[in-house]
Amino acid sequence: MLKKRILILTGFTISVILVYLLTFVGNNPDYVLPRRITKIAAMALIACSIGYSSVVFQTITNNRILTPSIMGFEAVFILFQAFIVFLYGDKTFQVIEQQTNFLFSVLLMFGFALILYLALFRKRQVHVYFLLLVGLILGAIFKSMTSFLELVIDPNEFAFVQRYLFASFNNINTNLLGISAIALFISLVLGTRILHKLDVLLLGKEQAITLGINYRRLVQISLFLIAIQVSISTALVGPITFLGILIANLSYEFIPSHKHRHTILGASLFGVILVVGGQFLVEHLFNMNTTISILINFVGGIYFIFLLLKSRRL
Amino acid sequence: MITVKDLYKKYGNHPVLNGLNIEFPKGKVISLIGGNGAGKSTLLSVISKIIDHDSGHILLSHEDIANISSKDYATKLSFLRQSNFTHIRLTIRELVSFGRFPYNRGKKMSTQDEEKVEEAIAFMELEDIADSFLDELSGGQRQRAYLAMILAQDTENILLDEPLNNLDMKYSVQIMKTLRDFAHQQGKTVILIVHDINIAAQYSDYIAALKDGVVQHFGTTDEIIKPCVLKDIFEIDFEVILNRGCKFCLYYD
Repeated sequence: MLKKRILILTGFTISVILVYLLTFVGNNPDYVLPRRITKIAAMALIACSIGYSSVVFQTITNNRILTPSIMGFEAVFILFQAFIVFLYGDKTFQVIEQQTNFLFSVLLMFGFALILYLALFRKRQVHVYFLLLVGLILGAIFKSMTSFLELVIDPNEFAFVQRYLFASFNNINTNLLGISAIALFISLVLGTRILHKLDVLLLGKEQAITLGINYRRLVQISLFLIAIQVSISTALVGPITFLGILIANLSYEFIPSHKHRHTILGASLFGVILVVGGQFLVEHLFNMNTTISILINFVGGIYFIFLLLKSRRL
Repeated sequence: MITVKDLYKKYGNHPVLNGLNIEFPKGKVISLIGGNGAGKSTLLSVISKIIDHDSGHILLSHEDIANISSKDYATKLSFLRQSNFTHIRLTIRELVSFGRFPYNRGKKMSTQDEEKVEEAIAFMELEDIADSFLDELSGGQRQRAYLAMILAQDTENILLDEPLNNLDMKYSVQIMKTLRDFAHQQGKTVILIVHDINIAAQYSDYIAALKDGVVQHFGTTDEIIKPCVLKDIFEIDFEVILNRGCKFCLYYD
C-alpha cells in the first residue's frame, strides 16, 4: 500500500514535469528546453525544501496547521524589500543588484532566526511555543512597518514592492540558482540524518526524551536547517512557505506511514506537482496574468474546505 | 540503585521539591504515595531527565545522571507517564517497536528487537489486536500497549506514573504481579506512583510517602502501612485490618 502510493505519486510527478517540459515548445527547442530544465530543477529543489521544512516544523511544534512563516521570515523579507525601495525609490534596481539583494535578504532572515533561537535556547527549558509567540509578534511589527513604508512611498514605487508579495518562478536569477541549489541540497542531505529521531518525537516530547532523544539538540538542529531552507527559498522566489501547510497535510492524508522519510518524500512530491503544474497553468492557460501564489492558495483553500466538511461528517 | 540527594525544584515561585533525599534500593518494587501536589510526578520526571531540577544530585549506580548521555540513559531507565497521547495513527506493534529505539536508533530491527517486541505484546495479551490502531482502542487497552512499549525497552530501572490508570482489576493485579516478578527474578528496580493504597500495600517491597516536596516516611511496606503514619500523610483516619496475612486499609468514612 505504502509502496504503491509512493509509486503513484512519483509517476504523477514525473508526468507533470514531462508535460511542462515538452508541451508548447515552439520553434526553438534548443533555447527553450535548457531554460525549462533549469527552471524545473529550481522548482523541484524549492518544493523539497518547503516539504522538508514544513513537515519538520510541524513535528517539532506538534501542530499540523503551522508553517515556518509564523516565525516571521517572510515579514523580514518584505520589510527589507519595502525599505530599499523607500530608500532608493525608482533607482532601486540600478543601485542594488539582484545578487546583493539576495545576499542581504538571506542574511537578514537567517540572522533574525538565529537571534530568536539564541533567545530561546539561553534558557534551560526549551519552550517551542514561546519561540513561535515571539516570532509571531515580531512578524506583526515588521508587517506594520512595511505597511507604513508602503504608504509613504510613491505609488509607482509601490509596484516594485508588490512584486515581492507573491512568489514567482517566472524570472529566477540563474546566477543565484547555483549557490542556492548547493546550500539547499546540503541542508536536505544533512536533514535526512535526523529523520529517525523526529519519528520518535511524534510520540511527544516527554516520551521521546525517555527513549533517548536529546530533545534540545534535535530541536536546535531542526530549526537551524529550517532557517537555512526558508531563508534561501524565500529570497529566491518570494514568500512561498504557505505552500507547506498544503503539501504537508496532503502527504499525511495520502501516505499511510508516520515515518518522516515517507511523509517528507510525499510532501516534496506534492510540492513539485503543485509548483510545476501551477507554473504550467500560469504560463500557458493564464498567459502570465496571474501568479502561482494565487493559484496554489485557490487550490489549498478548496482543499481545506473539503477537509473541514469531511471531518464534520465523521 | 538510584540515589537522590538534596533535590530542589520550583515552578515559578512555587516550590515542588524541597530538598528531597531518598535512596531507591536495587531489585525492589517501591511505591510512591502521597496527596495531590506532593511532588511525586515531578520527582519521577526529574529522575527520568524530562525536566531539569534546580539543585541537587541524582546518582544512578553512583554516577551522576547529568553525565550520562540521553542515548545511554534510555537503555538504563524507562518511564511511563500518567497520560500518553499521540496524534499520529500507530498500530500497537508500531508503538511497542518504539521501545527498541534506544537499541537500534531507528535502524532495522534486529531479531532480538523483534523477539522483545513480540514478547512484550504477548505479555500484555495484546496479540489479537496488535495490528489495530491506537485510536481504535479502549483506554485500558491503550494503557497496556504503552506498558508493553516500556517492557520492550527492557531497562534495569522502570519508572511508572500511575500505571494502573484505566485498567480493570484483572489487569491491575496482573501488572503488579509482573512488576514484582521483574524486581525479584530479574533484579529490576521498579518505582511507581500508586493511588490505591491497598495495591501499594499488597505488592510493594518499600513505600515512600511524600509530602510537601520531601520524603516524609520511607520504609518497608510493613513499616509504612500503619494508621499513625498514613494519617500523618493523608490527614484522614485509617484503619488497618489484618486478614490472612495481608494488610488492608480502610479509610472510607
